[in-house]
This record gives sequence, C-alpha cells and structure tokens, in this order.
Amino acid sequence: MSTEEKKNSQISLDSETLSPSTEKEVSEIVREIYSKKLPIEITGTGTKKVFGYNLQTAKKLSLSQLSGIIDYQKEELYIKVKAGTPIEDIEKILEENNQELAFEPIDFGYMINGQTNKGTIGGYVACNFAGSRRFKVGSVRDHILGFKGVNGKGDIIKSGGTVVKNVTGYDLSKLISGSFGTLVVLTEITLKVSPKKQSQITVIVYTDEIKKISNLFDKILSSSNEVSAATFIPEEPSHKNYEHTKNKIFKFNDLDQEGSFLAFRIEGDKRSIDERLKELKIELDLSNFKSSILDVHQSVPFWKKVNNLELFSGTKNNILRAVMPPAKCETFSKFLNKNHKYYIDWCGSLFWIEVLDKDDEKINKIKNFILENSGYLTILKKSENFDFQDTLFTIDSTRLMISKKIKDSFDPKKIFNPGRMYREL
Amino acid sequence: MTELALPQIDRTTVSKKSLIVSQLKKFTNEENVLSENEEIKPYETDGLAAYKQTPLAVVLPKNTKEVSEILKFCNEENIKVIPRGAGTGLSGGALPLQDAILLGLGKFNKILEIDFDNKCVVTQPGVTNLGITHAVQHKGYYYAPDPSSQLACSIGGNVAENSGGVHSLKYGTTTNNILGVEMVMMDGTITRIGGKTLDQEGYDLLGLVCGSEGLLGVITEVTVKILRKPQSVRAALIGFPTVEDGGNCVSDIISSGIVPAGMEMMDKALIDATDKFSKAGYPKDAEVLMIVELDGTKSEVDGLLNKVSEIAKQNNSNSMKLSNNEKERLAFWSGRKAAFPACGAMAPDYYCMDGSIPRGKLSLILKEISQLSKKYNLAVANAFHAGDGNLHPLIMFDGSDKEQLRKTEEFGAEILKACVKHGGALTGEHGVGIEKRELMCEAFNNDDIQQQLNIKKSLDEKNLLNPGKVYPILRKCAEEGRVHVHRGEEKFPDLPRF
Repeated sequence: MSTEEKKNSQISLDSETLSPSTEKEVSEIVREIYSKKLPIEITGTGTKKVFGYNLQTAKKLSLSQLSGIIDYQKEELYIKVKAGTPIEDIEKILEENNQELAFEPIDFGYMINGQTNKGTIGGYVACNFAGSRRFKVGSVRDHILGFKGVNGKGDIIKSGGTVVKNVTGYDLSKLISGSFGTLVVLTEITLKVSPKKQSQITVIVYTDEIKKISNLFDKILSSSNEVSAATFIPEEPSHKNYEHTKNKIFKFNDLDQEGSFLAFRIEGDKRSIDERLKELKIELDLSNFKSSILDVHQSVPFWKKVNNLELFSGTKNNILRAVMPPAKCETFSKFLNKNHKYYIDWCGSLFWIEVLDKDDEKINKIKNFILENSGYLTILKKSENFDFQDTLFTIDSTRLMISKKIKDSFDPKKIFNPGRMYREL
Repeated sequence: MTELALPQIDRTTVSKKSLIVSQLKKFTNEENVLSENEEIKPYETDGLAAYKQTPLAVVLPKNTKEVSEILKFCNEENIKVIPRGAGTGLSGGALPLQDAILLGLGKFNKILEIDFDNKCVVTQPGVTNLGITHAVQHKGYYYAPDPSSQLACSIGGNVAENSGGVHSLKYGTTTNNILGVEMVMMDGTITRIGGKTLDQEGYDLLGLVCGSEGLLGVITEVTVKILRKPQSVRAALIGFPTVEDGGNCVSDIISSGIVPAGMEMMDKALIDATDKFSKAGYPKDAEVLMIVELDGTKSEVDGLLNKVSEIAKQNNSNSMKLSNNEKERLAFWSGRKAAFPACGAMAPDYYCMDGSIPRGKLSLILKEISQLSKKYNLAVANAFHAGDGNLHPLIMFDGSDKEQLRKTEEFGAEILKACVKHGGALTGEHGVGIEKRELMCEAFNNDDIQQQLNIKKSLDEKNLLNPGKVYPILRKCAEEGRVHVHRGEEKFPDLPRF
C-alpha cells in the first residue's frame, strides 16, 4: 500500500459489526481484515444466518447499509441494485411495472421464526435457492446478468453486465450464486426481470397414491402446456404431533381438507389458461381423479404458502432440502411417506422434509438414500440438539478439492465466512 | 493472413516431438496419434479461418481414461494442450500452437443414454448439437439451444463456448440447458459436475465451466435437458422503412410483456444479399426486416401474433406476412439462415462479428456501423438476434489483400468497442478466443481480469490448457485492437504468460 493509500484508509475495525455504506468502504475494510488475516461473517439482514455452519468470527460485515436500486430499465428487462437491498423493495417496484423476479424468491422468515422476512437480494443470491417455478424458468443463478463485489484481498471485481447474451470471460455470476458468501462480498447485482403473467389458476388433484403422483408429475413435465409450478402436499404422519398441519395452512374455499393432493399452476391470459386446462385434463386423465380449481384469488396465496415453507412455520425441528432426479420421485416419496412430514415442489424434484429434534439417525438414513439415488441434500435448519459432526451440504472429494482451489483464488486467507459451507472452505 | 501474438514457443517441447508422439501412442491406439504434415493439416484452423497454426501433433483419444492419461502426461512434461470439438468456433478458440498437442474429441461421438423419464440425454461431447434433437424428436422432444452451425458443431464445443442461437431469447443458452458434465482437469483428475438433478450442491462449477472456452478442463461427457416441442409455432415477417422504426418495434414488443421464441433482424444490405442467394421473397422496400417467431398453444400463438402485428403497425411497418403453415414459416427463415453464405457469395471473404447491446440501442449502433463502413470503405451487412440485443455485423473484404484484412479487423474492433460503450458486451455467443482477446480490457479492468486469471491458475497451474486464448497476452489494453507480429520472430521475449 502506498503512503497516499495508507493516509486515505481510515477504516476502523473497532466495532463488532462493520457496516460500510459504499463499495469503496467494503473494499477498504476487506483490505484491512486481509492484512490482519481476520475472519469475518458477512451478513445482510441476518435472515439466512441459520443456514450452514455457525460461524465463530469475532467480527461481522453487514451489508444492510449498502441498499438501494441503482438502475431499473424495464424495457431492457433488468434491474441493478446494491447487494443489501431488501427483496421486498425490488419486488415492489417491479410489481408497479407489472414485472417480477421469475425465480420466485422464497421467504425463509416463516421457517426460521414464523414471521415473514425475505431478507436482502445479496443473501438470496448467495444461497441460490429458487422457488416453485424452478423447473420452468431456471434457478436464481440463471437470472443474474452480472455483479460487482470485493474479493478476499479487497479488490473490487465485476463479471457479466446488463445484457442477456454475454460470454465475455468466465461466467462468475453463476459461480458466486450459491457460494454462501465464501468467495466475494457482493456489492452490486444486476437481475433479469420478467413480465408478469396476466392471470393464473391452480388445479388440485386429490390422491394419496405415490405411483399416481409421480406419474402425474412426469406427465406435467412432458407436457408442452407450460405448467409453471407443481407440488404434492401429503397428509402428515398421524402418530406425530406437528404444530402446523396441511389442513391448518392450506385453507381455501375450493380446496378439500381430506387427504393428500397434488396441485399445479397454469399462468397466462384467460384464453390461453382455458385452452391449456382443457388439454391438460386429457393429458393427465383428470377424469379419473377427484379434482378442483383454485381461481386467481386463491391460487396466488396458495403458491405463496408453498413457496414460503409455511408448513414449517416457526418449527424447532430440522428442515432438510433435497433435490432428486425427477424419475426418483416415486421411490423417494415411498421412503418418506407416512414416516416424515414433507412435501414435494419443482414438479417432483425438490423435497422439503421436517425431521424431529434428536432424530439425527433418521437424517443420516435420508441422506444415504438420497446419495444412493443420485440426489443431493442440504440440512437447512438444525434443531437445538443437532449433532454437528454431520456435513450440512453433500459433496464428493474431487469437487471439494476443486472448490478449495477456487476458494483460494478468490479468498486466499479464508477470511470470508470460513467453514460456512464446508469446514475446508 | 495476418499474424497475432501467441504464447512464446517452447523450443524444448518442439525438439522432443518424436519422443512425445511415441509416448502419446502408448495412451491410445497408434492410428489415433497424427504427426505427419498432411494428416494434421485439417486441424490447423477452426471457424476463424484467417489464422492457421500447425500443431506439434494431433491426438484423438477414444475414452475418458485416455484423455486423463494424456493430460496428466502433458502436465508433467509441460506440454501445452489445445482441446477441439468440431472446430466450427468463430473466435479461434481451437487455434493450435506449434508447441502444443491438439486434443480432438471427434471419437467421442456417441449418445450414451436417452432418458425420457428424467427429460435428459447423456452424450459424449463430439455428438453434434442437432444430433441430440434427432435422437429424441420421434417422441416430440428437442434440445433447445440452436446455434446456426448446429448441423456440425459439437455439444462439447457448445459447452465450452456457452453457445446460443436464435431461440435463446426464450429458452436460454447452453448454460441454462445442461444438467451435468464429466470433465478432465489438466492434471488428469476426472470429475463429474451435476448429474440429472436441477442445480447442484456446493459451488456452481457447471456455470463456471460452461463458456470457459476450453481453459479449465476437457469435457468428456455432457448431460443436457430436453424439452417437449411446442404445440404451435408461427412467425411474422415484417418490413420497416427505417432502422429506427424496426429498433423501436423490438423494444415495444419486449416491453409489452411478449417473450417471442425468436426475434431476428436483417438490414437492407443483407436482405438484398440473401434474396439473390436464397430467393426467400423478402420485401424490396424495407430498410430492415424482422422475423418474429412465437410458440405455445394455438390460440395463445394466434393472439400474440396479432398483438405483434399491431405493435409493428404502430411502428410504421410497411410490409407484413404471417405464416399460416410450416412451409411458410420455414420460407421466412430460409433467407436469414442463408445470411452467411450469401455474404460469402458477395465478397471473397467476410468477417462475422458478435457483440451484444441493450435492445434500445439497436438503431443507434446500426448508424454507427454504417458510418464506420464509410470510414473504412468496406461493405457491411447486419444480422441481429434482435430480441436479446446480439448483433452479427458481417464485414466483407478480400483476404488476399493484407491491408484490407487489417482494416477489417480494426473495423470489427471499433464495432465491439461501441457495443461496450453502449452498455453491451464484446461477445454475445461466439466467445473471446484469440479474436477478441486484446479487447478484454474494454470490458474489464486489471482487477477483474486478474481474478479470472487466478481461477485459471488455481485449476491449471502451469497454464498449459488452451493458453493464449481469452485473456490478453499483450496487456496493452489502451491501444487499438490486436498487435500483429511476424511468424517465428519473437518480438516479445518478455511476454507475460498466464
């Protein structure tokens, strides 16, 4: 550092939480902590703090002051925001312009403490957990056009831009999505936005039979009728006491309370919804099932509840997030059914599972089953007595070795969220 | 042919050629190692044919184990390796080096598994893009990304370049349509990234590798997503009297909330060229021509097509045809698809550029290109993937005239700089390769580039895998375009090597 630079660097590391309000300040703080080799926990508004291993760092770097919309070009279908911008602020301005984030950000607040709290966009991108529309529109990472951030040495770096077609250099927007703040401190994110669909309906198909469920999911996935979400909500095991049950959460005029059900969503203008519904009824043989339809006024809140994990609202238990190849839906559902409270999203690919406290052995059994069937698992929320011997994210040794090298190229002194994802990173 | 700066030639490696060749023959069948001049000639260049280099040898391994052994050997012996798929890339990403082994994936040409249950295909990287669609179309499925070279380009090359195509507006590019890869790292390590699931745990290595232009690993297997064919597809062929009207129409369609499957534009020069070549029957009075394709359910498509024609009328369109059947739709496309060969028929050579700009800047950039065309006294025709702001200006020149080639390259560089200036990107889908390497500093500063080089170094410590591509060799970013050197004359003995 030159004398001039030293003079300008007046960053104080005195307080426990450092809250820079500009990108330059982030960079200066990181330069300081880099030179002192001081590990730091990066937070937004702290909504996703429970994900990953608990950090023991002495200091926190909060991005909550780094908030605001930098540039919104609705005709160009992008919005550029500071990383600490609350997701709700982004959704509000998009809503006013009849646009949306197609990846449907999940509100993890319900699961964490029973209250809505969507957190910041930086925190959300760092997790890369897409909502119900995933199988149709891609993940969070598919909607990041570019970013700016500070690497572990304090250098401000960028990748991508504001246009959808861009193959200039490595696509780091993908790499930083889902890296849980272990590679860069995000400062600026450019998101692709999409026009909102005019309307939607949800079709409820009542059945308890796993084979039929997986068959329906398969037919929906194979259909060209552009179903934009599909979930299966089973009855909870009767012998367990769960605070929130299917019947308590999913109360709608046109939804029968009895038994398990599959639900799928059709979006578009009215004519196109009608046409697709007609065809789907034939494709899915719906005449063989009991079914009902939620109109737009019921459909919108229904999917919010599915997307926002309201079934696990305020739970004290473990919450597992498993992703399986779609064809494994049937075997995995059979494995879970009647033993666990769970539900399926992403048209048969994503499983949300609640495992009771002090039941770590069950978690291991589930994990083994998932790995044997080519899926992956993230232990998202840990109960009080969770045994931290276990890994929270699955990975094989070769990819871990590659990941370590990549971590080293961004954050050589391992100061960003050390051990958050894997102990070695 | 001009020449460009390449990594310093490792004379020791060149002098050990026969030893290396005999060693390579231990890893694979003897006939898969080519070292005679006439055998390796076809590998001297790729789709950027202005540049040629003779590789030390060509090796065509037939399985992952062989790739791993070859890479491990090369890593230990400090031998550079240039991976190559079908060699159709337009940015010189597979240009050989005199001291490098060219690793061709041509023998990886089998589809390994068609998995309709998981809506995916597991394939070897040498299978062509269209080959995948051909394998699944009997059940009404297809693979969405459709680069114009899809008949010949390999899926492995598509992954390396993150290829797009005319339908990427709605369906995304390669990175949005693959689920997993098997990859061999430069040290021989074999790794599998992703699989048949959506997303993956841990770092998104798939996202990093896709579009890395063969610098991080050699792809030996790819799992791609397949989609059900849309029920109904219709297109509109719309002419506009001015470039502004056409550009405004593109913006209006997108901001109205319509997401067409594809939205292409051609300027007058290209309309004339293609009409002579393909007899597509394009309107003669149009300054720009637009093809808008919509897909979905029948009534949805009909409805959207009406909406598109209304928007076009509001933007002063002076001709409009709507396709009523598949034959008509394909006829609309026939001219656009003949754009490149049509330019080939107009001049001895053409140089295809590939920049991206915000959609709203389309008419602005067209004007700038037209001014540059006058400045350089070189004809240019423009084809755009207008919906996603990806432009392909085709500069026509005579490659046997060195001065013309030099001017052409300068012209091209100015177009790309203008794209970046207007908030776009240097390359939308063709990749940086050697072609736009020295322009990287237009888009990135030293810290940005250093971070990318650090990633490269972390996975290929000795910089042996496809060196000299993507990242500037000369680091003279403030200067014009690329710097030429004469073959063999090492004018830059102090070239930094990363």
